[in-house]
Amino acid sequence: MDNELKREIILDNYKYPFNKDGSDELNYEKVNTNNASCIDNIDLYVLVEDNIIKDIHFNGEACAISTSSTSIMLKNIIGKSVKDAINYIDNFMNMVNELEYDESLLGEAECFTDIYKQQNRKTCVTLPYTGIKKILENYI
Amino acid sequence: MKDVRLDFPMLNSDIIYFDNGATTFKPNKVIDAIDDYYKNYSANAHRGDYTISYKVDVNYETARKKVANFINAESEEIVFTSGTTDSMNMIVNGFFKNFLEPGDEVLLTKSEHASNVLPWFKLCEESGIVINYIDLDDNLHVTMENVIEAITSKTKVISIAGITNVVGDERPIDEICKYAHANDIFVVIDGAQLVPHKKVDVKKSDIDFLAFSGHKMCGPTGIGVLYGKKEFLERINPVRLGGGMNESFDSPSEVYLKDIPTRLEAGTPNIAGAIGLGAAVDYLNSIGMDNINNYEKKLKSYLIDKLIKLNYVDIINLESDSGIVSFNIDGIFSQDVAFYLNKYNICVRAGNHCAKILKNKTGVKNSLRVSLYFYNTYEEIDKFIELISDKERIMKEMI
Repeated sequence: MDNELKREIILDNYKYPFNKDGSDELNYEKVNTNNASCIDNIDLYVLVEDNIIKDIHFNGEACAISTSSTSIMLKNIIGKSVKDAINYIDNFMNMVNELEYDESLLGEAECFTDIYKQQNRKTCVTLPYTGIKKILENYI
Repeated sequence: MKDVRLDFPMLNSDIIYFDNGATTFKPNKVIDAIDDYYKNYSANAHRGDYTISYKVDVNYETARKKVANFINAESEEIVFTSGTTDSMNMIVNGFFKNFLEPGDEVLLTKSEHASNVLPWFKLCEESGIVINYIDLDDNLHVTMENVIEAITSKTKVISIAGITNVVGDERPIDEICKYAHANDIFVVIDGAQLVPHKKVDVKKSDIDFLAFSGHKMCGPTGIGVLYGKKEFLERINPVRLGGGMNESFDSPSEVYLKDIPTRLEAGTPNIAGAIGLGAAVDYLNSIGMDNINNYEKKLKSYLIDKLIKLNYVDIINLESDSGIVSFNIDGIFSQDVAFYLNKYNICVRAGNHCAKILKNKTGVKNSLRVSLYFYNTYEEIDKFIELISDKERIMKEMI
């Protein structure tokens, strides 16, 4: 994936984020995810049934990287079993943390393969992942 | 002001530093003073039996005198703390906790920094004092009219910033003190953004308590000041007890403490910090606080004049009186703009700037803040403006 395409995917997911319409009315499990060093603040609304992630929506205020990362994460894990989703998440985290990872599992998230070069944006890109894990771990 | 840039090692680079509200760069004079202490007379204080320790005592107390003169206080009215936050906590927990009764009212505003909010919130929870807010006007300023309106017969304290860290407005301290004292109300001033930028005269203004930090005025981190009128400092309960602050002790009922301000500086003090702060005061005096203040205002006007021409820039504090400008770029998250500017070595702050209750008033949760100091230049502002003059470019390069 070339840099121009990566940028396009990120911006596209920032401008037109997937399922960025979460609210308490959904009656889903809710988790807030934010971090101390920046101002990103995202709520995730998650529906898990029979160990399958049926649906996720989100909302909040966050930068381009956090927002697009959340959008892409949602697209990639909705419909997956909890176990597969956790595999996907761990693989993504490995990529960000410069460990061994499987590129074929990333899908659109391949646009973040260079993010490790910007240390100060690692917390942005991993923000939704830290949040969703808090919920999924309850299902293991 | 251009010559001053040579005094700062951090400015010997292509960094454009616009986050002076967070902390400031240090001139060689400050760095050298600290270096000199660590290299040439690195002893503890209060151990005057040998020469280098005597020198520590002399220089530590000289630093206190310099700070006192800087704000026109007496030496004994200056307590060295770790910073504004520490000072504010000592004022609230060491003095007002014992003084205020349940139901007594403390007046704050919605644009205060966390360090002038949370200690009061805690006291409110613990001892039933009541916190009320002075209304801000349409420009987010504090007017005397609104101060008077907020005061009731139960108001005992007005605790506000001299200059606020997001809006950058300057409060009419002299008038507030005058009116408050006529009504038996204490005035506490959070001076973190005021003292580094404007001449403060605690006697003339008649301030009861003043808190400020060294690192925001070219001094080192970890050192700050608590000023209190002598009669009030005398009544502060030391919240920290230990070495250096006691005269003698034999049993729980026989503990004799030293006089102020030493009584309030338990443990080995931040000697290097105090000496560094003394050097910072000398340095600021050599430039002149009025010169600093005038130059910053000119720089700020220059910046506002250019920013206002960009129709997608929303300036939150058009009418501010200091070198602080808070704004947003329409449609772009503030942090993304900050990341974009960082690619060009421009340091600005994105966020809510520790004034989290302000968002209720402005409806703006986050913003970008440029906070200027006397070593910033018109050329730096030109460069900054050039970079944000092209919105498409920001969108393209922010990631």
